[in-house]
Amino acid sequence: MAFDKMELKDIEVWDGNFAAAQALRQCQIDVVAAYPITPSTPIVEGYAKFLADNYVEGEFVMVESEHAAMSGCIGAAAAGGRVATATSSQGFALMVETLYQASGMRLPIVLNVVNRALAAPLNVNGDHSDMYLGRDSGWIQFDAYCPQNAYDLNFIAFRVSEDHGIRLPAMVHQDGFMTSHTAQGVHTISDDDAYNFVGDFKPMNDMLDFEHPVTHGVQTEEDWHFEHKARQHNDLMTKVFPKIEEVFTDFEKLTGRKYNIVEKYDTEDADVAVVCMGTSVETAREVATEMRAKGIKAGVVGIRVIRPFPFMQIAEALKDIKAIATLDRSAPGGTVGMLFNEMAGCMFNLEKRPMLCGKIYGLGGRDLTKAHLVELFTELQANVDAGKITTPLQQFIGVRGPKLSYL
Amino acid sequence: MIKKGWDEFEIGAMLRTFDGSINDIAGTSQDDRSYSENSSYTASVADWRLIKPVFNKDYCIDCQFCWIYCPDVSIISRDKKMIGVDMDHCKGCGICVEVCPTNPKSLLMFPEQAEEEAEIASWPAKDEEK
Repeated sequence: MAFDKMELKDIEVWDGNFAAAQALRQCQIDVVAAYPITPSTPIVEGYAKFLADNYVEGEFVMVESEHAAMSGCIGAAAAGGRVATATSSQGFALMVETLYQASGMRLPIVLNVVNRALAAPLNVNGDHSDMYLGRDSGWIQFDAYCPQNAYDLNFIAFRVSEDHGIRLPAMVHQDGFMTSHTAQGVHTISDDDAYNFVGDFKPMNDMLDFEHPVTHGVQTEEDWHFEHKARQHNDLMTKVFPKIEEVFTDFEKLTGRKYNIVEKYDTEDADVAVVCMGTSVETAREVATEMRAKGIKAGVVGIRVIRPFPFMQIAEALKDIKAIATLDRSAPGGTVGMLFNEMAGCMFNLEKRPMLCGKIYGLGGRDLTKAHLVELFTELQANVDAGKITTPLQQFIGVRGPKLSYL
Repeated sequence: MIKKGWDEFEIGAMLRTFDGSINDIAGTSQDDRSYSENSSYTASVADWRLIKPVFNKDYCIDCQFCWIYCPDVSIISRDKKMIGVDMDHCKGCGICVEVCPTNPKSLLMFPEQAEEEAEIASWPAKDEEK
């Protein structure tokens, strides 16, 4: 071991970016090819500083755009290294072309996406637009609600994506500024424990194996492409969840922190529930607790793994709830929000179909306050009391001017 | 190539050039290499050739010019002796004919359908120096 170890306290005060950077250091990433963009710059900046200070044995590649950053990561991963990078919003949008290559070539890259709104109008604050943009790219997507999650999920993402049966790239999402620049106490894992949890990188079909030459990224026309995509989808649908469950269990043994594919909060006896992602989950939990004191049986479902989408687990968690609201933090662009769509899909065939309405909130970093959520839970309870949906299916929360609602 | 089902090939958009492992590939002649069915050496990539080079060994002086200049490694040469043209990979570009120094040329382009023996039998005579 030619690099230095870092002595961490049990609890360090880190923001989400620095927590992710520390996770990249502890995993001993071989190659980071990155291009800076607000608000994810400190992740790769932090890695570069650890590299310069001899805490990591690796390579930092400075490229001229995010497209080149992901291309560099794909090259490094195909050559047989542990690779990670970070990006946001417009950079993520520029990466999209190569994201599909990474997942199709089955390369285990971990991408830290700090969610930020997509222009125009240009905006550096957080919403989930870029997370939604990457949802069909064939990557595994984890969602962090706080710096602690951002730190932990990086280790989990490496374990899952580098498994030889899976070999699919993974994204770890955190909310721009809300998580990435808000310092909180983070329970740390020691360098040795963290590295042993992730394990040594075991290459597969790597290009630097000169005794078994391979061609990566070959062309297939109509006679093979479908089979490749089918294989990728089959692995996403059948292999990823069992592996994630296994890694979550291992992680709990190591740290005592339990993660679930679907984070349920007070849903066992609830009448009303909201389904949301990102930092809103924590706000919603707090409000749900207050609503219980007022006599409204409120629950919260947070989605930890966005892709592959946990249809069955969500349907199981929500089957007895009477009224549900989905909170989408991305401009719907002429349809219902993604979460509303997915929830409608997974609950359509339930025997007792809950009432479902979709809310659009927090675009461009607009705050979702407790007052909003109190109003929302009250409205859901009114639906339950009336026994039918009394409000439009899609509403905008927190937008100035006259109320916006559709359908 | 055998059509395989979606669960029967290696994951990722990758192909192996050789079956099994290799060593000293540069020192092995092409005939002795364990090319896999996926390698471009095994595949025929000459479907769209319209004119083809025909080799007449009677005039060849084994100068290896065609072997050096062929952009597709389609000239078969063993121990510095010209053997012929690899018709699975030749695209019919005509560069070998262009660089052939003999008089008359030992390689000439003919339509793809031409009969090789007939063309060799009616090979053009030596060009007189003007």
